[in-house]
Amino acid sequence: MSTLDARTRERIDSIVAAHAARPGPLLEILHEVQRDFGHVPPAAIPQIAQGLNLSRAEVYGVVSFYHHFRSTPPGRHRLAICRAESCQAMQGDALAAYAEQRLGVRFGETTADGGCTLEAVYCLGNCACSPAILIDDEPHGRVTPERLDALLAECSAADATGASG
Amino acid sequence: MSTRIYVPRDSGALSLGAEAVARGIADEAARRGIDVAIVRNGSRGLYWLEPLVEVEAGDTRLAYGPVGTRDVLSLFDAGFLQGGTHALSQGPTTQIPYLARQQRLTCARVGLIDPVDVADYQRCEGFAGLRRAVSMEPEQIVREVADSGLRGRGGAAFPTGIKWRTVLEQAASQKYIACNADEGDSGTFADRMLMEGDPLTLIEGMTIAGFAVGATRGYIYLRVEYPHAHRTLLEAIAAARAAGYLGTDILGSGREFELEVRVGAGAYICGEETSMLESLEGRRGEVRVRPPLPAVKGLFGMPTVVNNVVSLATVPVILARGAAFYRDYGVGQSRGTLPVQLAGNLRRGGLVEVAFGPSLRELLYDFGGGSASGRPLRAVQVGGPLGAYLPESQFDTPLDYEALAAIGALLGHGGVVAFDDTVDMARMARFAMQFCALESCGKCTPCRIGSTRGAELIDRIILGQGREQNLRTLADLCETMQHGSLCGLGGMTPFPVRSALQHFPEDFGATRAH
Repeated sequence: MSTLDARTRERIDSIVAAHAARPGPLLEILHEVQRDFGHVPPAAIPQIAQGLNLSRAEVYGVVSFYHHFRSTPPGRHRLAICRAESCQAMQGDALAAYAEQRLGVRFGETTADGGCTLEAVYCLGNCACSPAILIDDEPHGRVTPERLDALLAECSAADATGASG
Repeated sequence: MSTRIYVPRDSGALSLGAEAVARGIADEAARRGIDVAIVRNGSRGLYWLEPLVEVEAGDTRLAYGPVGTRDVLSLFDAGFLQGGTHALSQGPTTQIPYLARQQRLTCARVGLIDPVDVADYQRCEGFAGLRRAVSMEPEQIVREVADSGLRGRGGAAFPTGIKWRTVLEQAASQKYIACNADEGDSGTFADRMLMEGDPLTLIEGMTIAGFAVGATRGYIYLRVEYPHAHRTLLEAIAAARAAGYLGTDILGSGREFELEVRVGAGAYICGEETSMLESLEGRRGEVRVRPPLPAVKGLFGMPTVVNNVVSLATVPVILARGAAFYRDYGVGQSRGTLPVQLAGNLRRGGLVEVAFGPSLRELLYDFGGGSASGRPLRAVQVGGPLGAYLPESQFDTPLDYEALAAIGALLGHGGVVAFDDTVDMARMARFAMQFCALESCGKCTPCRIGSTRGAELIDRIILGQGREQNLRTLADLCETMQHGSLCGLGGMTPFPVRSALQHFPEDFGATRAH
């Protein structure tokens, strides 16, 4: 397990301190850590555990239980494709297969250039507009492979101009 | 006076380009020197018309949709601000048949108002329920909800009034209202639409629930997949607090209620009430063994009302109009209305709030317009991933808890996912097992292991390996999962599997074996 630099440690301490007095704070803390760092660094687990007077196993158990928390940094963009029934009824599987082929990764992986992480999600609540995806928290509905190409091109263009995703 | 234009901020509308349309209209109006006020409302739920732009014309609103950025110029040229006719004209919004034929009680304000504007909310009967509740004794509020016949809209359909009474009867230093907004079922989006389109109704409903049972704190457990609903809820809570509808001494009653949103982390199981409570407490979302019921020992060990978004958002209209008004809608033991969500392969997907009773066929064809692909509809899954698949021969089943239960199906949260004749039902049955395996919390063996073995068995059946033997084993496994699992995930995964096998045996290689 790698160690954290002093600044990261300080930031995590302040996140823990900000929430520690609230009831049931662990998920809130993990969300904020992931918002700041893009993931929950495994090296942060002992520090969070100590701050909440929990065991490392308890914190690790929570991080690993929830699909949303990641232990490795994501790509610059996050493409989440819904794989649930409503989207399957509208060629969602074909869209998913296209995304894997287009990006050259499987679900759960990040492209070699670090540009995009491909994630499976099970329902985005946009089922009247299936197939549905999220790109960095922005929803897109009735997505065809052509539309996906255009959206991914926008991501690349944003990266090229140095704008944040 | 400026013209009011409505462009939804609902994430479904945003997913079809509503943000760019709103910007386009603002820019074009500025260019032409026209004064417009753009209101970002929720969605009316007519998703095939989204982005649906509405223009206020006197007492009515005229609808145009689906509007793309490329249409903005021609809309202005056609004089849409004065009600001009355009190829995208849909006439007065409330007269669009899809909407005109609904009975919107719970979702009456969704799409109508600015979701975070307290004044707008009050103009449309907002807080009328709370105002009445303030003058009532807790027992009276509980009786009103019980008399309305409201049953839990999350899926379990347990009478809300009975649940509230149990919590009211507990003596405790602290009680909680926990709103289940972990709407994970595929094909459902009513919770999301309410939270994005009329969150103040949910806040009002939770406050009334708090007054009814003596709870001063509420939590909304919101799924992380709903970032827009999250933002809207936070804005609405802040607005309600600023207007004195949350906090201490609400409406001068001396009663207190505070509310907080907690965000889940992508676990389907956290829609199960005890798992949700574990998650709210910051732990793994593992199911608790019942008893004790959450109503007796719930969040942080205290008596807790756990209700779905739709249930709580229905409480204000019940209090405002009275139990009898609500109870008069519906059939049999299914009283009131249900926001049905039409999804999957349908021409006109969206939200259809109607009194219980119409048939699935009316929903699929009269509202839904048949398949989006133009091919025949072959199967419909009602009630989410744990709901049964129904074949065409069962489309006349009325929408009512008991009628669906009688054919081994369930209504659940009211999601209806349609599939055309290209669907492979063996694949869908396998998906049900696979999804259960992926989302199982792991606490009980039938669910944790049974789901994986179930997917393997279906694989072998599809391949024609030891077909009869494997079918028997699968039936046996389904039995074990149904009766041996701790909660509905393992316990109900057999519903889609068995119904697919029963109604679509040909997809499982039945002809090959016989």
